[in-house]
Amino acid sequence: MLKDQDRIFQNLYNDLGSDLISCQKRGDWIKTKEIIAKGREWIIEEIKNSQLRGRGGAGFPTGLKWSFAPKEIGNRPHYLVINADESEPGTCKDRDILRFEPHKLIEGCLIASYAVQAKVCYIYIRGEYFVDGQKLQASIDEAYKKNLIGKNAAGTGWDLDIYIHYGAGAYICGEETALLESLEGNKGQPRLKPPFPALIGLYGCPTIVNNVETIAVVPTILKRGGKWFASLGREKNTGTKIFCISGNVNSPCNVEEEMNIPLKELIEVHAGGVVGGWDNLQAVIPGGSSMPLIPKEKCETLTMDFDSLAAEKSGLGTAGVVVINKDQDIIKCMARIARFYKHESCGQCTPCREGSGWMWRILERMAKGEASKDEIEMLGDVTKQIEGHTICAFGEGSSWPVQGLLRHFKDEIKKRNKFDPIVKENKNIPYLVDQHLLDKNA
Amino acid sequence: MSLRRPAKDQPEKFEFNTSSLDAANKVITKYPKGKQQSAVMALLYIAQKQNDNWIPLAAMKYIAKFLDMPYIKVYEVATFYTMYNLSPVGKYFVQVCTTTPCMIRGANKLVEACKEKISKNESELSTDKSCSWMEVECLGACVTAPMMQINDEYYEDLNKEKTVEILDKILKGETPKPGSYKGRVNNEPENNRKTLMEFKNA
Repeated sequence: MLKDQDRIFQNLYNDLGSDLISCQKRGDWIKTKEIIAKGREWIIEEIKNSQLRGRGGAGFPTGLKWSFAPKEIGNRPHYLVINADESEPGTCKDRDILRFEPHKLIEGCLIASYAVQAKVCYIYIRGEYFVDGQKLQASIDEAYKKNLIGKNAAGTGWDLDIYIHYGAGAYICGEETALLESLEGNKGQPRLKPPFPALIGLYGCPTIVNNVETIAVVPTILKRGGKWFASLGREKNTGTKIFCISGNVNSPCNVEEEMNIPLKELIEVHAGGVVGGWDNLQAVIPGGSSMPLIPKEKCETLTMDFDSLAAEKSGLGTAGVVVINKDQDIIKCMARIARFYKHESCGQCTPCREGSGWMWRILERMAKGEASKDEIEMLGDVTKQIEGHTICAFGEGSSWPVQGLLRHFKDEIKKRNKFDPIVKENKNIPYLVDQHLLDKNA
Repeated sequence: MSLRRPAKDQPEKFEFNTSSLDAANKVITKYPKGKQQSAVMALLYIAQKQNDNWIPLAAMKYIAKFLDMPYIKVYEVATFYTMYNLSPVGKYFVQVCTTTPCMIRGANKLVEACKEKISKNESELSTDKSCSWMEVECLGACVTAPMMQINDEYYEDLNKEKTVEILDKILKGETPKPGSYKGRVNNEPENNRKTLMEFKNA
């Protein structure tokens, strides 16, 4: 288990209070001026050395992302945008940072803004977190009052303004270009990349978009050194991470742990074990709903980091671990996730808009045993036709969980859905996708 | 995609009152000059708050003029984002999360409670027109599932009895205490904490 002094978020459960004075006692806003005095090259180099990877899901190296920002400010200002549109089912880590460690985030904003030469920073918070956003606003006001941000922020000579922008219940706005569209006052529909936001982002200006957790760990990394962060976890999967363990466990919780921690330790030690015992485990979704599930056999030895989960054809994503035990109907669980994606598709690309609903309807029927044998292959085919054929990664996010189900629970589906193709047998099944085929043959 | 249609009965006029106007003018200063369109989302919230929790078409037209942007763009935004209510939802708007992490911990019991207490169908006003309920997608409190949101506040770690208690209160016009209904502190593992022990009860 990670030593307590190596935990970055000491106030994860709000034992110590989140006001400025309590935060300063924990080390926030200390030596900020000295860090910034070392210059932006040093900051970016140190973040690169720490091998910090983005905590929002994709795991892109943060130092590298920052280095994409133009070296000089041209005629367009630079922006830093913090993505707090946390909506991935199974994930609730950013909310605790907004509520309980606001000054880690604000200090991180100042350092990151300096590193990418932004003078304005927007924090995009999902609309449902209104109360938590108000708490963060109070912390921002506090920081303004103490001159930690604003003109000559914290005595560093850098000017920074931080504004909060509330979303309004659209999962897709967690995608960085959709988020920028939303910030500009449009529907949240993703943009084509390239051009990447680092060159053409918010209002057509260079913009760096980072997750809340990524920015909130930056001050601690710079204070304790990139080497310290890199010594935790393993090569290219370094540092600590907040894991959210939900679902059928005895004590669901958020916990900060070292990367590469065994999944079994997370569940058995921190979350109090699976409801009904370890043998009652059916499957685990390791990184939020868009990552393919992992069956029980593999959970024994699995370690939680970006690369080892990718090797299992899944991913760490946002580290939202959803534990599903044998009392649950796995097909129904996945059908509900498919319904989520059907609801949240922005409607811009046809494969995703139509395909997400298609997958949901097929899965709903499969859960009831009303699908025909050949629809199992058809479902796999639909996922393949969505994946990679959309503007943003939502296509992958919606089809991967279904692919995971087909990969590991095909026998279960086959057992429940036995009858021959409907076109041959002419079964009267409600809400049929290919009703026209049936009518033709009748 | 979700299908969202504006209500049939629409008021003819909408205007910001003075406090809304102040709030709106303050929001616009967050964005660079000439980019006031960015404030449209915030202004829709302000209109929703002023107009008993829902946004009439007249408010969209008013905001379009206010921000000097086409009405259709405001309409697009208001119909795209699910948190803008396009028809009356009552003073207490109950949103029950039923996405998988909540579902496997029994969110359907919460839905049952809503059906019994508020109205048979979702998005339907209760008999006294004071509240309505709706199933929504993940609200981002998966660790404290099952949960629901009433207006701005989260009610977490629920079961059917606790939900009925809360709904009884709002039907009487009271505002129940938000947070966990199991008595646990924030997102810590209940009775099983292994980390940051020296700070516990500090």
